[in-house]
Amino acid sequence: MSAPLLEVRELVKRYPLGGGLFGSPQVVHALEGVSLALRAGETLAVVGESGCGKSTLARCVLRLEAPTSGSVLVAGRDIVRAKGRELRRLRKRVQIVFQDPYSSLNPRRTVFQAVADALRLHDICKRKERRARVERLLNRVGLGADHMDRLPHELSGGQRQRVAVARALAVEPEVLVCDEPVSALDVSVQAQVINLLKRLQRELGISYLFISHNLGLVLQIADRVAVMYLGRVVELAETRALRARALHPYSEALLSAVPVADPQATRRKRHLVLAGEIPSATEMPPGCAFASRCPYRQEICTAEAPALRLVEERLVRCHFAGEWPAPAAAVAPGL
Amino acid sequence: MSALLDIRGLSVEFRTSAGVLRATEELSFTVGRGETVALVGESGSGKTTAALSILRLIPDPPGRITGGEIRFGGRDLAALPERELSDVRGRDIAMVFQDPLAALNPIQTIGDQMTEMLRRHRKVAREEAKERAIEMLRLVGMPSPERLFGRYPHSLSGGMRQRAIIGIALMCHPQLLVADEPTSALDVTVQAQVLALLLELKRRLGMAVLLITHDLGVVAEVADQVVVMYAGRKVEEGEVNDIFARPRHPYTAALLDAARLELSRDGYLPEIPESAPAHPGQAAGCSFAPRCAHALARCRSETPRLEDVAPGRPVACFRAAEMPI
Repeated sequence: MSAPLLEVRELVKRYPLGGGLFGSPQVVHALEGVSLALRAGETLAVVGESGCGKSTLARCVLRLEAPTSGSVLVAGRDIVRAKGRELRRLRKRVQIVFQDPYSSLNPRRTVFQAVADALRLHDICKRKERRARVERLLNRVGLGADHMDRLPHELSGGQRQRVAVARALAVEPEVLVCDEPVSALDVSVQAQVINLLKRLQRELGISYLFISHNLGLVLQIADRVAVMYLGRVVELAETRALRARALHPYSEALLSAVPVADPQATRRKRHLVLAGEIPSATEMPPGCAFASRCPYRQEICTAEAPALRLVEERLVRCHFAGEWPAPAAAVAPGL
Repeated sequence: MSALLDIRGLSVEFRTSAGVLRATEELSFTVGRGETVALVGESGSGKTTAALSILRLIPDPPGRITGGEIRFGGRDLAALPERELSDVRGRDIAMVFQDPLAALNPIQTIGDQMTEMLRRHRKVAREEAKERAIEMLRLVGMPSPERLFGRYPHSLSGGMRQRAIIGIALMCHPQLLVADEPTSALDVTVQAQVLALLLELKRRLGMAVLLITHDLGVVAEVADQVVVMYAGRKVEEGEVNDIFARPRHPYTAALLDAARLELSRDGYLPEIPESAPAHPGQAAGCSFAPRCAHALARCRSETPRLEDVAPGRPVACFRAAEMPI
């Protein structure tokens, strides 16, 4: 097999927090040794809730943020240590679409300018060819020449996100990092943007690192899913396998919390409602980070941190990995 | 039996620099005692305006209730003097907002905010108010409620803040809780916790809930009755199972398809075409027509009125009887 397009190795990102006047300085553990590899043409989703480190991961992959340690290999070259021309060349291969198209586009630049800037910065084509090129890019994302001279506020949310995609595609990247690309959009518009991304993948063979909190959506579009909790990958599996059965209790809770738009099915469904609070990322507990909320918790879980290990062709960070002792509580039939 | 809340023909306008925006138009629906009604719609549908209007919390100017009645307990809240209305707020009808941080007073402890609510409306001694607040914190599932009583909002997590807000809202045992996207700012596992809590409290206190949401998954889990709004109007209403099993308005049907996230055979999700951003003072015809897969020529010139396609199933669509098409 060929080398992965993008490989994240043991990535660690810690943010120092200044201590209070008398307190000692604290550290936010945003990423604690994350490793992932993105294959050509695939969609690898990273799911998790707020604070799990998924957006930090996206930012480190593009080196919008310098990781504390670890490396990010783009076609075998480490973007973390790259400088100057090489950094620019690597960045051209990996682009990003952000969550909020209202703030990722400059309100004073027209659609043409926003997309043409990317062409200009990476010196993609001659100046007089830019307009034609931008028009082709806009067509590709379902917009027309008549959108070129509009400003972002004259566009709907879905149209703005299409512009963001066109701008990312302008430099012909191999990898597109999508950080919650549809979360700011209405449900009825989300499908359009998702379908656009799917179509582009078929046409261009582009790979997606798809960051999302929405497991329901991810199960429909990803080839593989990495579930993150407090800066660590807790389960990494083929989508089909994960949909059938989660092997980490947190993935199971996420799966069972996916709202199902069917009143009869959802009221029959077994809900694993978690108790307890998410520990603060500044005070990482010893042992398993999920133990404080885990319904299957045993003594070993609070004493010893589980390693990521291979179970049934997937990676799971749990001492029991699907072979849990009887749950202590909190498994309710229906809500 | 008469309904607990009976909204009849509610119209609310906002005067903006771009003209008059009709946020809700002749909106009517009822909430029965102990019932959970979901008001469903996307951004700009007027659902939040409708919710805020119930307790007259629309900022005026630019907003104004231009017509309709809000009947609650034999009175019209739309016409009630401000003094009497402020007695209703929090005591008979309580509200929970989407953003828990904005809804809490940052410089008052959770406990003070709870007892203030109670002592504002009921003659209760300070000590008893504190006991009741701690009891309520326990009821909403807070760990160590005695300690939480003296803490400030900033020191709580998002899920705990939202539970604190629900606790404050329920201090006076209101008959109706209006909850505007109460779980949208929360993570899914925490959302499940808060929804389970809301349902449990509703059962124990016999309270009615008006739930404002865009999330059909949440609706499926908790609602008895569903009111679907589009561009300021009610377009469909019905019992939850019937709405999900047999939507009669093309918009409801399309929303449900989108929410189910099921791929078609060629691997794509069902889409609703996007219209241009809405402009105030829309042209004639059904406001959904530009996006509707089943629109006829008539839909663009004439506005469909709400008509019952079956008992208790008003729908505003010329093709409602043919649905599903």
